[in-house]
Amino acid sequence: MSTTTPLLAVDGIGISFGGVRAVDNVGFTARAGEVFSIIGPNGAGKTTLFNLVSGVYTPKAGSVHLAGEPVTALEPNRLAERGLSRTFQNLQVFFRMTARENVMVGRHLREKRGLLAHLFALPSTGRQNRESAAVADALLERVGLSAQADIPAANLSYGALKRLEIARALAAEPKALLLDEPAAGCNAVETEEIEKLIRRIADDGVAVVLVEHDMKLVMRISDRILVLDQGRVLAEGSAAEIRSNPKVIEAYLGTHGTREANLALD
Amino acid sequence: MGKLLSHRLAVPVVIALLVVALSFAMPSNFYYRVAALVWISALAVIGLNLLMGYAGQVSLGHAGFFGIGAYAVAVLPAQFGLHPLVAALAGAVATAAIAFLVGRPILRLKGHYLAVATLGFGILIAMTISNEAWLTGGPDGMPVERLTLFGWRVRGADTWYWISGGLLVIGAWIACNLVASPTGRALRALHDSEVAARVAGIDVARAKLTVFVISAVYASVAGSTLALVNGFVTPDKANFLHSIELVTMVVLGGMGSILGSLAGAAILVVLPQVLTGFHDYEHMILGLIMMVIMIVLRAGIVPSLAAFFQGRRNK
Ligand SMILES: Nc1ncnc2c1ncn2[C@@H]1O[C@H](COP(=O)(O)OP(=O)(O)OP(=O)(O)O)[C@@H](O)[C@H]1O
Ligand SMILES: [Mg+2]
Repeated sequence: MSTTTPLLAVDGIGISFGGVRAVDNVGFTARAGEVFSIIGPNGAGKTTLFNLVSGVYTPKAGSVHLAGEPVTALEPNRLAERGLSRTFQNLQVFFRMTARENVMVGRHLREKRGLLAHLFALPSTGRQNRESAAVADALLERVGLSAQADIPAANLSYGALKRLEIARALAAEPKALLLDEPAAGCNAVETEEIEKLIRRIADDGVAVVLVEHDMKLVMRISDRILVLDQGRVLAEGSAAEIRSNPKVIEAYLGTHGTREANLALD
Repeated sequence: MGKLLSHRLAVPVVIALLVVALSFAMPSNFYYRVAALVWISALAVIGLNLLMGYAGQVSLGHAGFFGIGAYAVAVLPAQFGLHPLVAALAGAVATAAIAFLVGRPILRLKGHYLAVATLGFGILIAMTISNEAWLTGGPDGMPVERLTLFGWRVRGADTWYWISGGLLVIGAWIACNLVASPTGRALRALHDSEVAARVAGIDVARAKLTVFVISAVYASVAGSTLALVNGFVTPDKANFLHSIELVTMVVLGGMGSILGSLAGAAILVVLPQVLTGFHDYEHMILGLIMMVIMIVLRAGIVPSLAAFFQGRRNK
C-alpha cells in the first residue's frame, strides 16, 4: 500500500447557497489507511463538503481526484463505481427493508445485473442473492448487528442505524469512505466500538474521512485533522497541533471541546 | 409458517391454488366471467404496484398502456391480418418502446408533478384512440377478432378464466422474482432514499425507467387479454378514469404487496357487481366501503391484515 499518493484529493472546492459561501476554497488529501478528520462548529460546512465530494452537490469551483483520476461533479453512483462511499449525518436508511437487505443494497455494484435473469429467477440470481446475503451478514456481524439482521430498519435504534449505514457503505468495498458523525447519539461504550471499527476499516487500507463532534474520539483516532470555520479552512495538522492552535481554540475547541480534547491526552 | 409465506414462490403458489379452488365454486358462466375480469385487472395492478408500491413512483396514465395493448389486438389483425397473439406481442413491444421514450423525461419529476405528467400522457393516448376513428372505430370502439389457437377457437368464459388465471400466476411469479432480486432491492431502496441509493451505486434514473417499462408491459398484456375476452374494445379502458381505478386497486389492496394487488382488483371488480341490487345507491355504497377500508386498514387490505395477524401471533 502506497501512502505517498493521496487516494482522495480535494482542491479549492466551493459552493454557495443564496450568496452564502457554505464551502469556500477548501482542499485536503486523504491517504489510504489513514483517518482524516474534519471538525468545526455547527454550520461550518462539513456536511456540505461531503456532499460536494460525493457528487450529491455539484461544486461551483475546484476539483476532486479519486485514486489519481479526476472525478469532479460525477454522479454519486459513478463515484461509487470508482470506489467512494459515505454515510449520512441525517440518516438515509431504507426503512422499509430489513437490516440485511439494507446492506445487500450496498452490494449493488458488485452484483450481476441481467434484468432477464432477475425477472425469471434464473439460477444465477439465486446464487447472487445468497452471495450478497452472506457478505451482508458478515458485515452486520462486524458492526454488531447480527441479531437484528431480519428486523426492518424502521424498528432499529438510532445508534444501530448509524452502524447499519457504515455496514452498507462497506458492502461496496470502497477505497475511500466518508463518515458524517458516526458517533452522534452513541453512549461511551458504543463510541468505543465505533472507534475500533473505524480504526480497522482504515487498517484495511481504506482512506477514511471522518466528520465528528466527539473531540475525544477525534483526537484519539485521527492521523490528521482539518478544521473548517464558516466554509473555510482554519487549520490543518496532527491532533496535537490542532489542540494547541489558538485560532482553533477560539473558533471551536474553546467553546465546547478543549476540556474533552485535553482529557483525550491522558 | 411466516417463513414459508415470505418465500419468493409463496404468492404465485397461493394465487394458483386460489384459481384452481375457485373453479370448483363457480355456479355459472357469469361467475367465470367476473373472475376472469378480476384476474386480468389484477395483472395490470401487479405491474402498477411494482412501480408505485415498490419503487414509489406514481402513474396516472397506465390505462393508456392498457389501451395500447387492447387496441393492438383489435387493430393489427383487422388491418394487417396479424394473428392476435402476434398482435398482443407487438402491442407489448410498442408499449415498452413508448414507455421508454416517455419515461425518460417524465420520471425526472416527483410526486404530484409526476402524477400530472403521467395523467397527461394517459389522456393523450385515450384522445388519440378516440380521434383516429378510421383505425380504431372512435368512441364507439371496434370488434376484436376471436382468438384461434392451432385451429381451436378459444371461447367460453371458463376457458378465459383459465387463460387469464394462468397469465396472472405468471405475472405474479415474475413480479415476485423481480422484487427478490438485486434490481428489486434497488427499486425498494430508491423508494426510501434516492440519495442513499445513488451513493450505493444505483443509477436511479435507469432503475425508475426499467420498472416503468415493466409495469407498462403488464398493463399492455392485461389490455390485450381483456380485448380478446370481450371480443370488443372501447376507448374507455384507455381513459383516465380507468387509470384512477388501477391506482385505487393498488392502494386498496396494499402498496408493495403482490397479493394485495389481487385483493384490490377483486374488490373493485366484484363489489360493483354485488351492489347492482342497490340501484341508485350502488356508487355511494362502493365509495363508503372504500373509505372505510382505507380508514380501518391504512396500509391496504393485505399488508394491514398481515400485520394484524402477525401481531396476534407474537402476543
Ligand atoms: N441545500 C442547502 N441549501 C441552502 N443552504 C444550505 C444547504 N446545505 C447546506 N446549507 C448551509 O450551508 C451551511 C453549512 O451547513 P453544513 O450542514 O454543511 O454544516 P455542518 O458543518 O455539517 O454543520 P453540523 O455540524 O451542524 O452538521 C449552513 O449555513 C447551511 O444552512
Ligand atoms: Mg453536518
